[in-house]
Amino acid sequence: MSGGIEIAVEGIGIWGPGLTGWSASRDALRGTAEVDDTPTAKPAPPLLPVAERRRAPDTVLFAAQAAAEACAMSGRDPASLPCIFASMQGDVAITDTMCATLAQAPLELSPIKFHNSVHNAAVGYWTIATGCHAASTAVSAWTDSAGAGLLEAAVQALDGDCAVLLVIYDSMSVGPLRGPVPHDIGFASAFVLAPPARSKATLQLRLQTAPAQAATTARNAWAQAMLQRNASARVLPLLEAIAMDAPGELRIGAGSQQSLILQVRP
Amino acid sequence: MPLRGTGSILAGIPFAQVNRVPQVLPPLAVSHFTVACAAACGIDALTNALQTGSSGLRPNDFSSTALECWIGRVNAIDNVRVPDELTSWDCRNNRLAWLGLQQDGFLDAARALVARHGADRVALILGTSTASIGATEEAYRSVDAQGQFTAPYIAPMLHTPHSLVAFVQHVLGVQGPACTVATACSSSAKVFAQAERLIRHGLADAAIVGGVDTLCDSVLFGFNALQLVSPEPCRPFDARRRGISIGEAAGFAILQRASEAPRAPQLIGWGESSDAHHMSTPHPEGLGARLSIAAAMQRAGIDAGDVDYINLHGTATPKNDEVEAGVIASMFPAGTRASSSKGWTGHALGAAGIVEAAVSLIALQHGFVPGTLYCDEPDPVCGPQIATRNEDRALDVALSNSFGFGGNNCTLAFRRGAGA
Repeated sequence: MSGGIEIAVEGIGIWGPGLTGWSASRDALRGTAEVDDTPTAKPAPPLLPVAERRRAPDTVLFAAQAAAEACAMSGRDPASLPCIFASMQGDVAITDTMCATLAQAPLELSPIKFHNSVHNAAVGYWTIATGCHAASTAVSAWTDSAGAGLLEAAVQALDGDCAVLLVIYDSMSVGPLRGPVPHDIGFASAFVLAPPARSKATLQLRLQTAPAQAATTARNAWAQAMLQRNASARVLPLLEAIAMDAPGELRIGAGSQQSLILQVRP
Repeated sequence: MPLRGTGSILAGIPFAQVNRVPQVLPPLAVSHFTVACAAACGIDALTNALQTGSSGLRPNDFSSTALECWIGRVNAIDNVRVPDELTSWDCRNNRLAWLGLQQDGFLDAARALVARHGADRVALILGTSTASIGATEEAYRSVDAQGQFTAPYIAPMLHTPHSLVAFVQHVLGVQGPACTVATACSSSAKVFAQAERLIRHGLADAAIVGGVDTLCDSVLFGFNALQLVSPEPCRPFDARRRGISIGEAAGFAILQRASEAPRAPQLIGWGESSDAHHMSTPHPEGLGARLSIAAAMQRAGIDAGDVDYINLHGTATPKNDEVEAGVIASMFPAGTRASSSKGWTGHALGAAGIVEAAVSLIALQHGFVPGTLYCDEPDPVCGPQIATRNEDRALDVALSNSFGFGGNNCTLAFRRGAGA
């Protein structure tokens, strides 16, 4: 893609500490409002059935909240959107419970916990809740899962010549996994992306792959601190650039050996 | 073109909402492929096992606590050590990855590919369901008095779904797009679709795809909790089937533009879909399966009558096989042959897609339909397509189905190479 991929941004969703939705977060992302970054209450995503909300793992709630917001802003029917869900670790709390149970009493492992442990649990619940029969995937690229997901989503939008839903999420870490996975907050964001020719949205991104270079740091100190606390928050410099309503360029990791150069065109 | 069996079940779902009608793809060469699984390590040995009906299943001697079931265990892992400079990545899953890379000269072929195209022009897309979670389980069994991980389990990269891709990326030095696909049992089928898109849209010139999953307590006791594990060797499509036999496997393939390996077998299509029905039970009418099969045939530019062989997901759970048999019976003519190879390999979960892609390519290249091992009394729901015994037959086009938890479906389409 010597010329890069151009993609329209039709919808955005965000859920994290002090970041309870795109509109409510824009001033903080522009640096004109404070952020209360103590962990927030669990979201109650509107598209998940109430019973599912009660028993769903945190990752499902965070991902579905951001996804529902992005879909609503785009005006697209969620059932029509191929889904790309990117997460470094999936649900750490489920992994912790499962591994602790297996170490103590493996025959007592819960069947629900087991099927919720798959990396594609969040996208599975999302497609069930929205009646989406389109392609859905769940990817990971360690701390660069956000960039890897963005690249895959842009390629799918280009390839399908249709709008797609990208969701980037990770949960708070618990138990001994806090050592290797030091996430102390949950964070999710979502984007509805479409080929410019299929979209009325004026906000566009241009993606270009490049050899790995240091990612652009966040504009705001609170955001720079947050992206150390959850790998999925590495998308914050992009959200800040979009919130500025001005042309911008930034780099984000797409893997240990590859970066994405992103041009933001409001 | 109209597709048999998709009309009524798709009524009410505008096709544009499911996917735009896909364009026919330019084929990609599958210039190299290899597998290490319970039935055999290497393609020649796997071909022989398929032709002689030699199963790799055996009574469970793996889990930390006794569990009555059969498993597809790869004996050779016990003798594998990752190279000294890679010991921080050492775990059962990466040992199996290393074992797989040694088969059929794959490691040399992959390194030559990287040298020819440039490291930044080769993508690495691998699928896994549980990656190295076996190491995380071991870490939980040996936490210290403060409840923390102890050596040798401190390395963060042992505790992430991305551990496999990170390890293989390190081994091969690839610098193009590198991504883990973790959609349960469809993972290493979907890697073909993701890599094909990357190549066609110019983000890579070639791709290394595949998948690795290893036996671990999570899957043995997890599927046991769901009452999906068979106490005897799995019997796909048999009327008396009692569930799956969990296996482990590593497999890899190289995808290149067709002109670079004109005699190689080809990836000609792929289809992906979501059931939107249940996390661990298939859609009762196989809606997602029909959509992925239909989309793969559309991208391949073929009709159901062009499909000679289908390697089925065929897990031997009562529900999967009932639904999948019904889908095949309604979508394909009686002359299409279809079978499950899980009786040889066990269900390799996230590695099932690459294992069964390899079985499909072997069938095409050698001109035989593998039967369905341990299927002695086919379920009455089976149509005439289900092959229980091996059959010699020239095959040009094969499909391979992989369906996963979350209702995640993928179908691949392959064509025989001129080199056979």
